[in-house]
Amino acid sequence: MMRGRSLTAGPVLPVLMAVLVFGGWEAAVHLLSISKIVLPPPSAIVLALWEAVGSAEFHWHLLITLWEIVAGFALGSLGGLALGFIVALSPLAERLVYPYIVAFQTLPKVAVAPIIVIWFGYGLSSKIIITATIAFFPLLANTIMGLRAAPADQIEMLVSCTATRWQVFRMVRMMAALPYIFVGLDVAIVLSVIGAIVGEFVGAKAGLGFLLMQKNFNFDMAGTFAILVVLSLIGVVLHAIVQAVQRRVIFWMDTAGDRPVSL
Amino acid sequence: MAEGAFLRISQVAKTYAAKDGSSVQALTAIDLDIREGEFVTVVGPSGCGKSTLLKILAGLLPRSAGEVTIQGRPLAGPNPALGVVFQAPVLLPWLTILENVMLPAKVQKLDPALARTRARELLAMAELDGFENRYPSELSGGMQQRAGICRALVHDPSILLMDEPFGALDAMTRETMNEELQRIWSEKRKTVLLVTHSIPEAIYLADRIVVMAPRPGHIVEVVEVDLPRPRTLDMQNTPEFGRYVRRLREHFRAGGMVAA
Ligand SMILES: Nc1ncnc2c1ncn2[C@@H]1O[C@H](COP(=O)(O)OP(=O)(O)OP(=O)(O)O)[C@@H](O)[C@H]1O
Ligand SMILES: [Mg+2]
Repeated sequence: MMRGRSLTAGPVLPVLMAVLVFGGWEAAVHLLSISKIVLPPPSAIVLALWEAVGSAEFHWHLLITLWEIVAGFALGSLGGLALGFIVALSPLAERLVYPYIVAFQTLPKVAVAPIIVIWFGYGLSSKIIITATIAFFPLLANTIMGLRAAPADQIEMLVSCTATRWQVFRMVRMMAALPYIFVGLDVAIVLSVIGAIVGEFVGAKAGLGFLLMQKNFNFDMAGTFAILVVLSLIGVVLHAIVQAVQRRVIFWMDTAGDRPVSL
Repeated sequence: MAEGAFLRISQVAKTYAAKDGSSVQALTAIDLDIREGEFVTVVGPSGCGKSTLLKILAGLLPRSAGEVTIQGRPLAGPNPALGVVFQAPVLLPWLTILENVMLPAKVQKLDPALARTRARELLAMAELDGFENRYPSELSGGMQQRAGICRALVHDPSILLMDEPFGALDAMTRETMNEELQRIWSEKRKTVLLVTHSIPEAIYLADRIVVMAPRPGHIVEVVEVDLPRPRTLDMQNTPEFGRYVRRLREHFRAGGMVAA
């Protein structure tokens, strides 16, 4: 029994799985002599990645995309957060603003990207704004929901000791909203990566999305795949950062000890 | 007694508007005068309006009719002269035990240093010293409920309202809590109104027991408990105690309810 458990829990099986997947991929490409411009072997992708890591030009594109992601995410999520607070605090604002929010939310933001490029040009600002519009809604929706999520008994407890509406808001409703806000941030950060790349597809002079299009255009499949790897790494790292901040801020929730033990 | 009434409830009624447009009469013509320092318990079958009455007194629910006065002053809304203990501890999970206990003082903008001293004293009295800087999730249910009681006392209210404060606890813990509550009450000399489902608890703690009946909620009898203080758990085996138990059970049977 111990042996069986350590086998399923340890690193052996995942490593074996990886060897099978990538080894199989590599072997298939060579044995079936699949063209490099259809599917590059993993070894070629690793090589392309290695070249990229050492290339100053690649660093420049990477920095531009990272800046678009981070700035767009910050702008969009702060905006969503702020409007969420206003809507949650003011019934009038809710009545005036909500119909537009709903209408705009159902719109695929990608469809708006060309307009934004026309308005704001091919530089960084259009990409930041596209990213921001995409990051905005998860924050808005989750902030509104979160600020309504405080348990009735906590509110009653505070009211019973003569808390004002504002005190209830500060002491309970804002805290109860935090888990929702972090769900919003987590969704928004991942969407921000998509936003920046889509923005660059639509019109850009630099960035990983721009580079991706270029490599694709030149049938550099290994280079294209290498950028995809980098993009997914960016997503994973940013998601991990949000999660780490969340664990610090919402320290009272979801501690490891509360999770069911899997056998 | 009417002269010296500390907390006076007169002709209080409550009608709830149900969601389907109909209305539920939860309380009619409740009259009750409570003396300063008196311990009053409220029993009655489920749905007879005990929680409704307590919420009205706590200022959490508007009454449909009648008046409530504390020392002659009419009660309108939540009042710092009251401390409320709920069935669940309702501690805020992001605050330490000490911060939770100090919450009413913070809300009422009392002197923080003074509130801290009082909170520490209360926690020590509730045998929670050493847990000041822990978070609620690190405490057992009974400990959390004791912290909840400390919170209700921190702003030094003259009246303590408790709605089935020990309902969620096991029998053993409950008896210990009853002993502690009696001790706190006799030390602090608060006026207490406590709702309970437990007949022994109602007798053990009370100077007077208010028996309520449903449809619509009203008071059927007020029983004076003439047992010596301080009460002990052993008293529950005496014939006098047994007589009170039988008397209360009668009401529950008459109401078609069987209670412990
Ligand atoms: N918010 C509400 N809306 C409508 N009816 C309500 C509401 N709250 C309570 N009632 C009704 O009022 C009556 C009294 O309810 P209450 O909660 O005061 O009873 P209770 O004596 O505390 O019962 P229990 O012992 O089960 O806690 C019940 O018939 C209940 O259905
Ligand atoms: Mg109740």
